[in-house]
Amino acid sequence: MSGDLPAERGPTDPAAATWDRVPPLLTVEHLTMRFGGLTAVDDVSFIAGQREITAIIGPNGAGKTTVFNCLTGFYRPTAGRLSLERGDGTHYLLERMEGFRIAREARVARTFQNIRLFPQMSVLENLIVAQHNKLMLASGYTVLGLFGIGGYREAERAAVEKAKFWLDRVGLTARADWDAGNLPYGDQRRLEIARAMCTEPALLCLDEPAAGLNPRESLELNQLLLSIRDDDGVGVLLIEHDMSVVMGISDHVIVLDYGRKIADGTPVEVRNDPTVIRAYLGEEESDELPPEVAADLGIAPDAGTQ
Amino acid sequence: MATATAASVPVTRPVNWIGVLKDAVIIGLVTLALALPMVGFETTSSTTERGWPLLNTRFADVAAAVIAVFLGRLALNLVREGVRAPVAFMAWAVFALLLANLITETVPVWNEAVETLLVIGAFVVGFVATWRWLSPEGTTSSEVMDDVAAGLQRWNRVIAPIGLLLALAFPWLTGLYALATGGEFAISRNAVDLGVLLLTYVMLGWGLNIIVGLAGLLDLGYVAFYAVGAYSYALLALNFGWGFWACLPLAGVLAALAGIVLGFPVLRLHGDYFAIVTLGFGEIIRVVLTNWSSFTGGPNGLSGIPRPTFFGFPFERNPAEGETAFHQLFGLEFEGVHRVVFLYYLILLLALITNLFTMRIRRLPLGRAWEALREDEIACRSLGINPRNTKLTAFAVAAMFGGFAGSFFATRQGFVSPESFTFIESALILAIVVLGGMGSQLGIVLAAVLVILLPEWFRELDQYRMLAFGVGMVLIMVWRPRGLLAHRAPTLRLNSAGGGR
Repeated sequence: MSGDLPAERGPTDPAAATWDRVPPLLTVEHLTMRFGGLTAVDDVSFIAGQREITAIIGPNGAGKTTVFNCLTGFYRPTAGRLSLERGDGTHYLLERMEGFRIAREARVARTFQNIRLFPQMSVLENLIVAQHNKLMLASGYTVLGLFGIGGYREAERAAVEKAKFWLDRVGLTARADWDAGNLPYGDQRRLEIARAMCTEPALLCLDEPAAGLNPRESLELNQLLLSIRDDDGVGVLLIEHDMSVVMGISDHVIVLDYGRKIADGTPVEVRNDPTVIRAYLGEEESDELPPEVAADLGIAPDAGTQ
Repeated sequence: MATATAASVPVTRPVNWIGVLKDAVIIGLVTLALALPMVGFETTSSTTERGWPLLNTRFADVAAAVIAVFLGRLALNLVREGVRAPVAFMAWAVFALLLANLITETVPVWNEAVETLLVIGAFVVGFVATWRWLSPEGTTSSEVMDDVAAGLQRWNRVIAPIGLLLALAFPWLTGLYALATGGEFAISRNAVDLGVLLLTYVMLGWGLNIIVGLAGLLDLGYVAFYAVGAYSYALLALNFGWGFWACLPLAGVLAALAGIVLGFPVLRLHGDYFAIVTLGFGEIIRVVLTNWSSFTGGPNGLSGIPRPTFFGFPFERNPAEGETAFHQLFGLEFEGVHRVVFLYYLILLLALITNLFTMRIRRLPLGRAWEALREDEIACRSLGINPRNTKLTAFAVAAMFGGFAGSFFATRQGFVSPESFTFIESALILAIVVLGGMGSQLGIVLAAVLVILLPEWFRELDQYRMLAFGVGMVLIMVWRPRGLLAHRAPTLRLNSAGGGR
């Protein structure tokens, strides 16, 4: 899928103007988020395509998680438009929706940088809770379910089947009855993704899913995300610091720095973009202090290398 | 001093007598510092000639307390050092002697409070020493209790019916007890009355457990819904002459509405802030009941609330013209105990409904969402669960059960006043839930037995019974900080032998 990006699409183009790849799933236009005097996200526009993995990268404090929080309704953006077009023609303006409705109706699921499972509930229960709204309907908003009327049993069985399916996908079937809080770290990360997928999302937002994973687990994660994209047809939006993940699986990379978008393109384009290298990896030959800084510090320009 | 058996002390090392003594002396001094001002002096109403307040001194009590604490600490230290069997025997001997004396008063009891504390202290020392002596090295009694809790959960299918049968048979068992101890078969009115009281608190505990244990919202004003239920029944019965069975659902509905009205504004708050506001709302209800005299009767309360009838047949010796009394219906001799037994079965039924509801809802999506909210509200939002509505349902449902219990209270007492709905009631119910182990249905029964029956059993001790009760609570919380039977079994299993459910 990658590689067919038109060459003239430079990193500073307004996203929507030249978008001619896959149909857009999420269109972010002029997103701005201010906290008092601090502008955490400043006029960011980008598009995440359907059935694509879009990575948002940037140094710490660049505003990546703030973009996520705006998308999933945890913050109400100061300005901007967030529209989600699912393949079936439904269209949602996320900035106008309450947080839980974004998940329920627009079907945007997310995971968290610091894992947020239900630690004292079992792994299976975590996945069943994720199918809450469907089950709630099946239990007649609890009233029918209390008296055992209606198709709740069937619905619950189906929910367990779905949970089993995802447990299998993330390799947690053997630990289904463990308390989620007792799982090893890597398993917790995968369980959180499985839980998000149990909500049947159109867009899956992952906040640093590879943080704290060892190289083998990281590789497994890549496979899982690619399979979510290709087999489930779900668009993935990803915040990640682990470049092996970002460069290995993303179709499209957006780079933020100090709340602004500084680059937007394929992994190859972004990796070779001088602005990105400067912001993300530091100045070239960064072991030498710039002359004016060195002068301020009162040291000879070549003394800094020692 | 002889050491304990080899099995219980795998590594024998010499007892550090100096350290043991030093620690005990320090603790004794701390006791002295605390007891001297608090116990050592008693203010009196009389004054000296110069107008100074006259103080009675109670240095003997202080000395007794210091010596007791010193000896207790010494005993516990010795247990820790491996001297177990002798300490255990001595502690049980002291316990038995003191308890016997407290009951028979052969040696004149010189200060009941001190003696009671000594009895409790000797019991604790004896228990700890025996435990450490007999149990394998490294297991604590609290860990064993965890296993017990898990086991009870596993055997719930056996234990629950047995418990239910016992509860059903309880009034008749009291009769059999009277028969067995040489009297005639007579249901003990006092015992059944105590059972009614106990079951009321069990039901309230189970109701509050829905908010606190499942949804994880610390509600300090639960008694407000109890009050709303009680006054709803009282007012409906007195003003419209409605019967208990018609009022019961209405009282539940009104309490649930009160829950929604009170819950709505506070649900944005979390943790301590939430708890404090619910505490405030609980008080608001009580203050309104006290001051709205024209409607609620003010501090005098409402009296003459109709007593329960057996589906229209009153429990009276001489029923009104045209009515058939319960005893006439069944051709029995009139006995006052009939009503008490009926009340007992009534509250048993209500409590069982509460329990059944909770057990069932835990397996439904709403109950799982409550538990998920307790665990992580933000994650719930990201899964499309509406936190506000979910919390409100928890509030409303718990309030409804509080309301049911309240209308039972009103019909049992025949009289309600704001006095019955003070904060201490909320605290008591919360204590039951926390002590039992949050979310544990069986734990709540156990805790209710402790919290309600212990003070009743200690009634002999008059004003010191609350002291004994307080000490007991502190000890239990030291021993089991997460509650007696804190254990949560998953509501759904994948890999169990018995299949999915």
